Amino acid sequence: MEHGSLRSAHQRGQSGRDPPACAIDNRTFFTLRVEELADRLYGVALRFTRNRAAAEDLVSETVVKAWAHLPQLEDRTCFEKWIFRILANTFFSQCRHEREETLAAEEDEDGFSLFDRLHQPFLLWWGNPEQELIHKLLCEDLDRALGALPDCYRAVVVSVDLLGHSYAEVAEMLGVPVGTVRSRLNRARSQLQRALWHQAQAAGLVSGSRDEGDAHD
Amino acid sequence: MTEQERIHCEEVVASLLEYLDGELDDARRVRIEDHLAECRGCFSRAEFERALRSRLQALATAPPPDSLKRRLKAILDEF
Repeated sequence: MEHGSLRSAHQRGQSGRDPPACAIDNRTFFTLRVEELADRLYGVALRFTRNRAAAEDLVSETVVKAWAHLPQLEDRTCFEKWIFRILANTFFSQCRHEREETLAAEEDEDGFSLFDRLHQPFLLWWGNPEQELIHKLLCEDLDRALGALPDCYRAVVVSVDLLGHSYAEVAEMLGVPVGTVRSRLNRARSQLQRALWHQAQAAGLVSGSRDEGDAHD
Repeated sequence: MTEQERIHCEEVVASLLEYLDGELDDARRVRIEDHLAECRGCFSRAEFERALRSRLQALATAPPPDSLKRRLKAILDEF
């Protein structure tokens, strides 16, 4: 984020009244941390929502909520995890109406493994097809595969793989059992890897010679 | 490690993603790590999943558009 653009907001003190010293400290801290994290807040919001305008709304709402609840943050070193939890909670509360889609999506995915498609143990000393594919994938490929997941699946992948939340934390935020998070995550990763496989085939990055046994193709 | 304590590839494959997520208890984590240290196939699988996750994590960052910067500045001005 452009340096100074947010910092100047608190320096000018435009609220019209002089806040107490502790509020100035909080505001300085908050402004600097939001500025530092703006790239990630927007990036994660974009992956959650798949929509730029919705991502901007989500980040803005998150910042407003975080400021309102800042006095409850006992340990400032936990700010990053704390604000991303607010962001995830805000997104989850917005998409609770999509549970019907969740239930439909949960019925139709088996375990798909890119590694199983690509790994060739007898080529161990001459090549590594699975690692080669990882290097050939573009961010655009990964974004498209992630974006193609149903909201309920993408939400758990973003929460666990991008934000590093535990299954228990995601379960609490979603209001579902930990086992549900685990099963959604397994299905989500399976769908994600299947999508990447198809994209890699379409782009000519893999031969597709090990397609047998894929009942969904 | 006794034969009873050893785990087989099938069990490692089934638990690998939970292992990478840090969701296993210490005893299971150690057994999987011992297996990965000895089994080239499972080690390669774990490396692949780690690398894929690392690529995905790069998606967590995106430069905010000017419209969002202006909006955040306006929000912070209100505090």
